[in-house]
Amino acid sequence: MTENSERRVVSVIVINEASVLSRITNLFSGRGYNITSLTVAPIPDTKYSRLTIVTAGSVRVIEQITKQLHKLIPVLRVYEHADIVEKEMALVKFPITENITDIDTLCQAYNGKIVNVGESVIIAMVADEPKRVENFLKAIKRYNPKEIVRSGAVALER
Amino acid sequence: MQMSGAQMVIEALIAEGVDTVFGYPGGAIMNVYDEIYKQNGFQHILNRHEQASIHAAEGYAKASGKVGVAMITSGPGFTNAVTGLADAYMDSVPLVVISGQVPMSLIGTDGFQEIDAIGISRPCTKHNYLVTDANDLPRILKEAFYIASSGRPGPVHVDIPKDVTAQIAEFSYDFKVELETYKPHVKGNPRQIKKAMDAIAKASRPLFYLGGGIINANAGEEVRELVHKTGIPAVETFMARGVLDSKDELLVGMLGMHGSYASNMAMSETDLVIGLGVRFDDRVTGKLSEFAKNADVIHVDIDPASISKLVNADYPIVGDVKVVTQEMLHCLDGIDAANYEPWRDTINNFNDLHPLTFHEDSERLKPQWVIKRVGELLGDDANISTDVGQHQMWAAQFYPFSRSRQFISSGGLGTMGFGFPAAIGVKAASPDKVSINFTGDGSILMNVQELMTAVEKKIPVVNIILNNNFLGMVRQWQTLFYDKRHSETDLSVQPDFVKLSEAFGGIGYRVKTKEEFDAALKDAVEKNVVAFIEVIVERFENVMPMVPAGGSLFNMMLLEKKETK
Repeated sequence: MTENSERRVVSVIVINEASVLSRITNLFSGRGYNITSLTVAPIPDTKYSRLTIVTAGSVRVIEQITKQLHKLIPVLRVYEHADIVEKEMALVKFPITENITDIDTLCQAYNGKIVNVGESVIIAMVADEPKRVENFLKAIKRYNPKEIVRSGAVALER
Repeated sequence: MQMSGAQMVIEALIAEGVDTVFGYPGGAIMNVYDEIYKQNGFQHILNRHEQASIHAAEGYAKASGKVGVAMITSGPGFTNAVTGLADAYMDSVPLVVISGQVPMSLIGTDGFQEIDAIGISRPCTKHNYLVTDANDLPRILKEAFYIASSGRPGPVHVDIPKDVTAQIAEFSYDFKVELETYKPHVKGNPRQIKKAMDAIAKASRPLFYLGGGIINANAGEEVRELVHKTGIPAVETFMARGVLDSKDELLVGMLGMHGSYASNMAMSETDLVIGLGVRFDDRVTGKLSEFAKNADVIHVDIDPASISKLVNADYPIVGDVKVVTQEMLHCLDGIDAANYEPWRDTINNFNDLHPLTFHEDSERLKPQWVIKRVGELLGDDANISTDVGQHQMWAAQFYPFSRSRQFISSGGLGTMGFGFPAAIGVKAASPDKVSINFTGDGSILMNVQELMTAVEKKIPVVNIILNNNFLGMVRQWQTLFYDKRHSETDLSVQPDFVKLSEAFGGIGYRVKTKEEFDAALKDAVEKNVVAFIEVIVERFENVMPMVPAGGSLFNMMLLEKKETK
């Protein structure tokens, strides 16, 4: 594909049933589309779940992804987002020997805080736009993070 | 009413109006077969391989327009069936395939004949189910039939563990399928249809591009009417053969890789493509950037994902082709068939320049002659199945099709071994027509065991084996594109096809001349039993014209011109 590949966020509302997630991921792998991140959780008080998929592709590829997703029987709705609020969470584990005040200040700048301090580790949490989470992860590199977990993005249309 | 899961399967099939089930029993599906033994609501045809059961169900579905049903066991029974599922998925054939599975307690333990069947069938079915409770079975079976036959049709696979077929639960089939998440869009947007019709009125060189979706939608009659009322010429895809009568003056021919010169040139010169139930397959379009380069595109299809997938549609219309065509017939104002007279002349000139033909210049019979001859002798009285390869293309090119559902072939997947079992299904669905299977010496061996099925059930399929002792289509590519290195395509070592058929209880003929062929075909049709007619044909005949893979439609290799005698 010579067309421009763009980052896109797609939300999918699906019936909560066995193997629905593999239907979705199979569709991506079978057609050579990429999943950058994927989050799933049930929608309260319904029989549905909401998936937020971050993917990349040209306008045509994204249009195909949307249509093919919609074609799956348990899929209720597919939103290809343009104007959204998007958040992602990250958890980071630091050695207890690192400067806890510095880390705490950094966390606060990225909408986060220290959530656990144990005998040997500090665990910090941030929740922010994916781009900003990335920046945070760059900024904390010098505090020797031992483990990093990112949640993948969730998004809502404005 | 209380009954076992296995009984539910029987009751549901009968309630769906199923009269024929194709299948093969085995351990995990035995409870259901026990109930098949006890019932007389439908006939069961025992194929000799699960792949053949699916192809037979496909043949049945393609010929009848109803949902084809096949039943198989777990593990190898299921994996044997996968090719058939994939074939049905590619060609949008409505099927319900029921497989046995190991008991729930054994699932995930690598039990005997266990395989993750729904994991495997997921990418080659429209939808699939693993039934974990017999209470869900009535709903699932009803949904399966509904999903298979509605919207863009396709195969639905239902996997039932053995203990679920034994489980007793309440059965009721008197309810409506309600799927919030699945609502096929049947009616086209009227404003969009009007816009498309205005575009047709303004076009000077419009062209109908007719696809297999028309047959699935049973829209043949409406499409014929639309073509005739507008006077716009039409090309058919391989899958749409028979939508227009081969004698129809507005039918230019088949387009694509082995389409006629006139069809491919018309598609290259048109200023408005009117695509009905098509999907712009690569075998049709050739090089995409050169396809109908100067044309706007109207695209009618029930599958939104088919629209603008490969070729951008200027007038996208999502809807059932039958319903949309009916609507189009109400918007014919401003369309005057006389306006397209010069365009029709242009196309006729293309046709005069390079008509679809072949040369009878060899000692051996030409395979194309055989196809044409069957057309002359049987014409509308036969349903035509094919296997895959050169014979398949010649059948599509030279048989005089006259109606929808007359031509049954494996288009999208191109499955060798499809033809014979499919022809069995076709005959079961349409017993009044002669069931002819054109096949090759390569393809026929891929499901040759179906001789036994056809003999046992007295299903008189006439297999016409065009024998060139080659895997012909691959040989053709090797000749043309691999400098004649005929790697592993020489099939000189062969069984005695006459004796082979006789060994199973069928009849066989080996013919080398036109007279012998006529006599054999007449005899086989009269005897009304399973037959092999092996026709020794010219070995090095190529399917022409040909658009080399990835080439533009207007750059065809053409049949060499010969002085007419």
